[in-house]
Amino acid sequence: MSTQTTSGLAIETAGLVKTFGETRAVDGVDLAVPAGTVYGVLGPNGAGKTTTVKMLATLLRPDGGEAHVFGHDVVREADEVRGRVSLTGQYASVDEDLTGTENLVLLGRLLGHGKQAARERSAQLLEAFGLTDAAGKQVKNYSGGMRRRIDIAASILNTPDLLFLDEPTTGLDPRSRNQVWDIVRAVVSQGTTVLLTTQYLDEADQLASRIAVIDQGKVIAEGTKGELKASVGAGSVHLRLRDPAQRPLAAELLVRALDAHVQQEHDPVALTARLSAAAGDDSAAEQAARALNELARAGITVDNFSLGQPSLDEVFLALTGHDTHESRDADDKTNSKTDDEKDEVSA
Amino acid sequence: MSTATTTENKDLAPVSTESLAALLVAGERPPRPSAWSASMTFGWRAVLKIKHVPEQLFDVTAFPIMMVLMYTYLFGGALAGSPKEYIQFLLPGILVMSVVMITMYTGVSVNTDIEKGVFDRFRSLPIWRPSTMVGYLLGDALRYTIASVVMLTVGIILGYRPDGGVGGVLAGIALLVVFSFAFSWIWTMFGLMLRSEKSVMGVSMMVIFPLTFLSNVFVDPRTMPGWLQAFVNNSPITHLSSAVRELMAGDWPADEIAWSLGWAGLFVLVFGPITMRLYNRK
Repeated sequence: MSTQTTSGLAIETAGLVKTFGETRAVDGVDLAVPAGTVYGVLGPNGAGKTTTVKMLATLLRPDGGEAHVFGHDVVREADEVRGRVSLTGQYASVDEDLTGTENLVLLGRLLGHGKQAARERSAQLLEAFGLTDAAGKQVKNYSGGMRRRIDIAASILNTPDLLFLDEPTTGLDPRSRNQVWDIVRAVVSQGTTVLLTTQYLDEADQLASRIAVIDQGKVIAEGTKGELKASVGAGSVHLRLRDPAQRPLAAELLVRALDAHVQQEHDPVALTARLSAAAGDDSAAEQAARALNELARAGITVDNFSLGQPSLDEVFLALTGHDTHESRDADDKTNSKTDDEKDEVSA
Repeated sequence: MSTATTTENKDLAPVSTESLAALLVAGERPPRPSAWSASMTFGWRAVLKIKHVPEQLFDVTAFPIMMVLMYTYLFGGALAGSPKEYIQFLLPGILVMSVVMITMYTGVSVNTDIEKGVFDRFRSLPIWRPSTMVGYLLGDALRYTIASVVMLTVGIILGYRPDGGVGGVLAGIALLVVFSFAFSWIWTMFGLMLRSEKSVMGVSMMVIFPLTFLSNVFVDPRTMPGWLQAFVNNSPITHLSSAVRELMAGDWPADEIAWSLGWAGLFVLVFGPITMRLYNRK
């Protein structure tokens, strides 16, 4: 469907920079996104994800560096790029005053379909997205999940070669989230490249084949899912003890047994041990079992236990040495030029 | 999903990934729409918005009626002996004044609309860039036409009798709508340039009040001091209201029509490119 460039890359950027006043929202981003895949861009609010997407979708002009989409320069050949990409923004990129049908027909007409063709295509898409019943209602009355659906439907009126999904599941309930994931899989299976930004590691894990972790405008890690996880660790064991007085001993035991980084939480009975992937060939579960054994032998009562994937906080702690909280206050909305400079807090 | 009151619903129909996949394969890309077709589509969007939010027609119905009644009865007796005499002179002028005043809402709606997510989508489409703004103004042209019809109806009830007949009246309205379409590019510029709705309103008032009142809408400029005559006689609003007045009276004021259209062209040439520059940078 798409005429691939010789490199087979859907997106290629080199030293991409965007500044808003004093803030370097995007600070030298290099990306290479293979065509036909889902590429995850993972990072907290304010990391520069949306700004990067906006530059790639020709909505913002880069202040430095270069970006090519299917070999076309996003500044000099913006129109070529626009013909091949679709954007689904963080906030529904549809007209809230119009109905679902009107939105799709409007965009269908703008994409060059005749009246009849635009209507047919809209009806088919609404049907496929389970929105037929809501077709005649104004989008402002839609639920969050329905909005995402109509938004994605609007993005695939013409099957794009590259689809930008900017935090498609933020604020959705788990069920709607799963449905969005199904849609993304269906879109990719037909050959469309997807650039997905997300704050959730499990989302990137579910959908993306390669992931770039971005923080304060810079790519701080990039690779396949396996590579990324290995660099972060195998997961975390969360423990709640019955007796807070036993916590120091428990921490000591865990460090010895697992060779893990152990964090004492605010909650005086809680502990988190970050398992390292390099700790022998043991799986995370085996390591956790060993830890529980050690604690039981020392007479420490564990009230509650869970084994989790590394969270985004943990990814950040591992990759940057600081957690995500200081950039969480900053708004990722690129229009707000008032973003304060983020404090550098080192752990 | 049958009641309109709830926004969250438990029984939202599932996504059919099979038919979705079929749709993705089947979709072939049509050629890009022409500049005209894209603009008309955005004009249709403006009309749909009027349909969904009819309250916005308030300023093209109630406001013009108020203007006609207020100025006819306020100045009629003093300036022309009676309101009925005065409305023969006033109506074309007050028509021009009101419609030109209404144009300033364009800036406000551009300012609020542009912040919404849908504009990101419009701007990422491979279409003729100004079509979004042209579409706006086409929708507004419809509003100007509604306002004109409303005012003429009120005027005729109050005793206005246009000697130009239907043809003259239509020609007058057409000229007024064309001029207002061109004049609105000032407001699209301010709508994109200024940060808040309030500042757009503020600036609009500063421009619109002197421009419309310092004209020949209410009185003959010969009654004014010389320095003011110099301004009033060269104001685009004066040219336009003279042209509309004479067209509706059955004359063909070629000079005044040329002046009005010349000003209209100038507005588009100056403020159109500035608007598009701001739009592309937004």
